[in-house]
Amino acid sequence: MSKENLILEIENLVVNYELEAETVRAVNGISLSLEKGKIVGLVGETGAGKTTTALSILKLIPDPPGIIKNGNISVDGQDIIHASIEEMEVIRGKDVSMIFQDPMTSLNPVFTVGDQIAESIEIHEKISRNEAFKRAGEMLEMVGIPASRATEYPHQFSGGMKQRVVIAIALACNPKLIIADEPTTALDVTIQAQVLSLIKDLIEKNNASMLLITHDLGIVAEICDEVAVMYAGRIVEKGTLEDIFNNTKHPYTEGLFNSLPNIDDRNAILKPIKGLMPDPTNLPRGCSFAPRCDYCTDICEIQPENRMISHTHSVACSAYENPEFSIVRGSK
Amino acid sequence: MKDIILEVKNLKKYFKTPKGMLQAVDDISFSLERGKTLGVVGESGCGKSTTGRTVLRLVEPTSGEIYFEGENIAALSKKALMKKRKDIQMIFQDPFSSLDPRKTVKNIIAEAIVENKMLKDKTAIEKRVLHLMETVGLAERLINAYPHELDGGRRQRVGIARALAVEPKLIVCDEPVSALDVSIQAQILNLLKKLQKEMDLTYIFITHDLSVVNYFSDDIAVMYLGQIVEKAPSEALFDNPRHPYTQALLSAIPVPVIGKKKDRIILKGEISSPINLKDECRFASRCIYADEKCKSKSPVLTEISPNHFVSCYKPLNF
Amino acid sequence: MDNHRSKHKSIRTEKETSRQHRNELWYRFKKNKGAMLGLFIIVFLVLVALSADFLLDYKTDVIGQNLKERLQSPSLTHLFGTDELGRDLFFRVIYGARFSISIGVISVSIGLITGTFFGAIAGYFGGYIEEVIMRITDIMSAIPSILLAIAIVTALGASTLNLMIAVGVASIPEFVRITRASVLMVRNQEFIEAARALGVKEWKIIISHVLPNALAPIIVQTTLTTGSSIISASGLSFLGLGVPAPAPEWGSLLSAGRKFIRGYAYLTLFPGMAIMFTVLAFNLMGDGLRDVLDPKLKQ
Repeated sequence: MSKENLILEIENLVVNYELEAETVRAVNGISLSLEKGKIVGLVGETGAGKTTTALSILKLIPDPPGIIKNGNISVDGQDIIHASIEEMEVIRGKDVSMIFQDPMTSLNPVFTVGDQIAESIEIHEKISRNEAFKRAGEMLEMVGIPASRATEYPHQFSGGMKQRVVIAIALACNPKLIIADEPTTALDVTIQAQVLSLIKDLIEKNNASMLLITHDLGIVAEICDEVAVMYAGRIVEKGTLEDIFNNTKHPYTEGLFNSLPNIDDRNAILKPIKGLMPDPTNLPRGCSFAPRCDYCTDICEIQPENRMISHTHSVACSAYENPEFSIVRGSK
Repeated sequence: MKDIILEVKNLKKYFKTPKGMLQAVDDISFSLERGKTLGVVGESGCGKSTTGRTVLRLVEPTSGEIYFEGENIAALSKKALMKKRKDIQMIFQDPFSSLDPRKTVKNIIAEAIVENKMLKDKTAIEKRVLHLMETVGLAERLINAYPHELDGGRRQRVGIARALAVEPKLIVCDEPVSALDVSIQAQILNLLKKLQKEMDLTYIFITHDLSVVNYFSDDIAVMYLGQIVEKAPSEALFDNPRHPYTQALLSAIPVPVIGKKKDRIILKGEISSPINLKDECRFASRCIYADEKCKSKSPVLTEISPNHFVSCYKPLNF
Repeated sequence: MDNHRSKHKSIRTEKETSRQHRNELWYRFKKNKGAMLGLFIIVFLVLVALSADFLLDYKTDVIGQNLKERLQSPSLTHLFGTDELGRDLFFRVIYGARFSISIGVISVSIGLITGTFFGAIAGYFGGYIEEVIMRITDIMSAIPSILLAIAIVTALGASTLNLMIAVGVASIPEFVRITRASVLMVRNQEFIEAARALGVKEWKIIISHVLPNALAPIIVQTTLTTGSSIISASGLSFLGLGVPAPAPEWGSLLSAGRKFIRGYAYLTLFPGMAIMFTVLAFNLMGDGLRDVLDPKLKQ
């Protein structure tokens, strides 16, 4: 895999939130790369560090208290960590854009949707107001909203429509990389289906790449090419869809799957992961998942190394020191 | 003989708004057997939460009858209702706003016991609280903790213990797990199932998550714009959905299995406004099968096969 | 790390839990320098007011005339100088703290109790009751508060008690509004619904669930209103509608010194500064409390 082919490369990223009384270790050494044209899912539960990772890519971590302690991020070969504020302003929206979870609050209620799309075009391209507004209409058509509605205000749109507008804004300048943070979580399931298929089509059409942050493995199965599973600020397992879904290696990933009700077998018993997420201000020594893990042994006191299972699949679990080790997924 | 614990007949709840009458719940009827779970599914604004709250009369019904163990709750006086309230309880969606932030776990759980004069002695109350905490899997040390010191899953357990404190027979669960992470969600679902078995509880389980409702319910009612469009035993509903909306809803669930490309039915448009509805099938504007008849008169819920009710002129068949 | 753990694991008693909560609030309050300064001034003033009776003899030191020493400039014997009747201004200002602070506290209590009561009812029950209460509040706040107070004092006669009532009544509308708004926010939370589902009686829900959660903005408002009530009371006394002479209320002192302002500015300067510092102290503390108690500013 050559470097030129990578749109996003994160190496050993460490992000802390340093509060007066304590330090929240949100991201603890993440490495992740994204090939051009691919959709990568970043999966994990609340507090796993997904959103912090995403915000780091755009250098949008609220500082203070957030600090990028360590690591490199490059987008299309361009260094982000050392980029100046001016350089970042060019990168944001043009090279990388973001779709947020809540369409209700990510649009400004006092401007028309057309104005809001046109604004992001005007910032990055030297075109006239009128032209930008015309482009905004085209963008709306692209996300399935009649261009004539460009002069309406956000409150005149329903939730699903607003999220389409947000997507139109994100795609307005043909970004190379889109970061979508739970883009459909606030939407109803039938609307979610509409929006997901729209996102997938547009990514393909524009030849862009996407980092999709979600907690929903169903959505991942639907549109992602690769998956990274996060737990307590680390990536515990990474691989292609096939690797993660059909060849699950990490006990946490296994636990996630076993926690989901099986739609085809309603009598299957849910096997929840015992216990709770560790406190990010006070992470356990060694493997963070060890206190909740059924396979935990003494070696889990040591921070597990990333281990390549195949050339696409890696897992951070010390149990694989033992070549015999394997996990059992699913119980019937 | 079926032991029917709850029977709802022609329940309506309208809200007056500046734009007109908001028909949140519009003429729904269903019955529920003791010890069973009725899942109520639908998207936001379909009236499922209002239905649940009306059963407890937390929201006053506009019209209709609610028979709980043969007694019409909807017709009870405020005073008589207070006594009856103990039998029906509710578990709320938001584990953050459903607990009073200024009360400790003990006070939250004990409030109902004290208020209903179930126990008077202080040590007896504390013993009961500890017992309830154990039942829902809360460690004893948390008895004096404040809600903000607990995570979402534990808070939801406190909410469950509070509901159980008055020994209810029927519990309305309003999206009890949708604010929780999947691993915690499974813990709570298993707990609710265990409690049902142990205490012979009856649940109305309101949710938008179809895979959860399938796991959890015996019967499922699908709601759309204030009406039940389909009601059937879970298996029948999932294997053989007869209403076009149910079908679309089921096909829209993202399944965590790869390569399982279903023929997804992507609905056009969005749910219309529930204000001043016309006499037509409420789903007609989004339905691919809709014709003139659907737009001229609203269909009624009819039993098309045993226990399988559909409100559609042209129920699908597979 | 283990230490941290065990602190969390051990069973806390009820008292410990609430103490811990209070400690947290106190910790945040302490960090606010302005608020601490305000608190310090208020505590100092209260101590002065309480001990004034032990330190001074009202008859001789405060209202006793001594025409030989009239209109003396500030010196070591008379720190703030003396007035036209030879009374020591320092003693009078100190004794005045009693009046100002008690007027402030009592009038605010009148506004607080009445306003919170009606505000809570309006916010919780809504509908007709709310409509009536809020319209009366609107009417009350449409009348300039000083005018309202003048009307009340004129009707009831000038006395310390009537002054307190007048200032207190004028502060009611603000308390009604703030309580109602705060109750409205709490009322729609699910725990209120849960209490209702459990069969808790309405009035009990208001007292044990709604009010405690709606309290923070009311506390802040109380502190800020205490400051402005002291100003209003002084203003009324200045106009001759408050505490009758020869009692050394700060507003009366200002009024008395007014005639001599050209030659003997200190007669108005010191009472004026006393008012200013007291009100400033209450405002600083109010702002500090707002930061501590407002959940939106919490992390």
